[in-house]
Amino acid sequence: MAKRIDVSGLSAYYGTTKAIEDISMTVEPRSVTAFIGPSGCGKSTFLRTLNRMHEVIPGARVEGKVMLDDDNLYGANVDPVAVRRTVGMVFQRPNPFPTMSIYDNVAAGLKLAGVKKKSVLDDVVEKSLKGANLWKEVHTRLNKPGAGLSGGQQQRLCIARAIAVEPQVLLMDEPCSALDPISTLAVEDLIGELKSQFTIVIVTHNMQQAARVSDRTAFFNLAGVGQPGKLVELDDTQRIFSNPSVQATEDYISGRFG
Amino acid sequence: MTSSHPADAPGRVRRRKTSQLGDKIFFNAARGAGILLLVIMAAIAGFLAYRSALALSKNQGNFLTTFEWAPDAPKPVFGIAVLAFGTIVSAVIAMVIAVPVAIGIALFISHYAPRKIAQPFAYLVDLLAAVPSIVYGLWGALFLVPHLDGLTSWMDQYLGWTYVFDQTRAGTTPRTLFTVGILLAIMVLPIITAVTREVFRQVPRMHEEAALALGATRWEMIRTSVLPFGRPGIISASMLGLGRALGETIAVAVVLSSNSVLSLHLLDPGGGTFAQNIALKFNEAGSFGRDALMASGLVLFVITLLVNGAARMIVARRKEYSGANA
Repeated sequence: MAKRIDVSGLSAYYGTTKAIEDISMTVEPRSVTAFIGPSGCGKSTFLRTLNRMHEVIPGARVEGKVMLDDDNLYGANVDPVAVRRTVGMVFQRPNPFPTMSIYDNVAAGLKLAGVKKKSVLDDVVEKSLKGANLWKEVHTRLNKPGAGLSGGQQQRLCIARAIAVEPQVLLMDEPCSALDPISTLAVEDLIGELKSQFTIVIVTHNMQQAARVSDRTAFFNLAGVGQPGKLVELDDTQRIFSNPSVQATEDYISGRFG
Repeated sequence: MTSSHPADAPGRVRRRKTSQLGDKIFFNAARGAGILLLVIMAAIAGFLAYRSALALSKNQGNFLTTFEWAPDAPKPVFGIAVLAFGTIVSAVIAMVIAVPVAIGIALFISHYAPRKIAQPFAYLVDLLAAVPSIVYGLWGALFLVPHLDGLTSWMDQYLGWTYVFDQTRAGTTPRTLFTVGILLAIMVLPIITAVTREVFRQVPRMHEEAALALGATRWEMIRTSVLPFGRPGIISASMLGLGRALGETIAVAVVLSSNSVLSLHLLDPGGGTFAQNIALKFNEAGSFGRDALMASGLVLFVITLLVNGAARMIVARRKEYSGANA
């Protein structure tokens, strides 16, 4: 179910401003890859290019190639809507649909894909909520609004919603930055379990988190304010945090800047 | 009371006193405005109720079921059946036409049109709200009525089996409740559009992105995020429009050829509305006749209150699902 991501020569723009420049990297399937770097270095922008969410911002565009196994996500005939069904996303702030129940939130993606059969939906909702370690907490109140859950539960609800459509890749944009330490731990444990099925890419500001959850870590940096962000290096997480090959990475992870 | 002391410690204390004074002034002004509103509402209701009671005590007919309106006759007989029917029917027609169109325009402005087009377009819609209702009335009488023949005879031909759209007096000018409904729809369109547009604009970006990231098309995103979030706003906007449609006076008076016939054949001329009836009869009415008109005004007042109350209940019933607690 998981696929490999192969990015080559990717740049992204907001209007005329170049946000990231010439990024190439490979993300291995069934692994967790963490993006770290100072604010404004373009790691979130880059993440959003991987499911074509970057271009929903007016004036935003992308150059370059993103291969998902053998398919170019930016190919001429590729529908961005189809891409987003294959590459799921979890956002910085938990964003369950406020007008929907817990059940409907999880089923939303399937309903969009045209699944109507109640029995199928029931199964997937249960499986996804179990997959997101949320089933035990909510199975008695599936018809209650999703917005009534705690922040950590909401974020796991969003993860359940994302995995319900069985994507190939799961992108997470600082999924724990709005959560307390206990909820963060719950989400981190969940990431560890999900990587057996999905290719996971996570943006994080928290270097300890990157070290805890990821197999590979990419460090992004920018030359200065107004300069586009660039990929500095991508390596095994252990190497990045013990013996990085670039001086800037070492400076960043040892807290000398950023 | 303040002297020209340099700004030292006592000065700071004085400043705090001023701000407390400001708080007090503002608090009392706000409370006064609230109380004033209630007093005005009560005064209107009381005035209408008193004058209505005078009229109703001498009414020889049943106020609720009588069709004709003859309060100044030797044996005063007047009733609101025709007026209530005409008011509600024309307002309902207006809402059925205006609400979907207004939502469409609002979505176009907030989510579809490029910003360069959306801005002037929104301005244009706002401008429509500023057109005086007599202008709409004249346009309705001079343009809409003569040009609606085609539509009404088409509806008669293909939808006549529904009874409501059956023209029993074909060939008469369509100065009908149906025409009034269309005209009212055009009149309430700008206000509904303006309010729903603002609500749609306030849908948090993160809810829209949640839908998009699940593989929603733009329309699916609007259906899953924008419309549910905007639902209370759509209802409130519709109520504003409905209030205007129920109370519209002059445009209706100009277009409708009124009589005291209550007919479900909406394409036949005739009928009446509360406001139109008041405008039409007020000048020629004697003092008792005016009291009778007040009574009909009170009914309109009550209907408007009921409709607003119902709308609030609809909004409140799904409060826990509203976007507010996101």
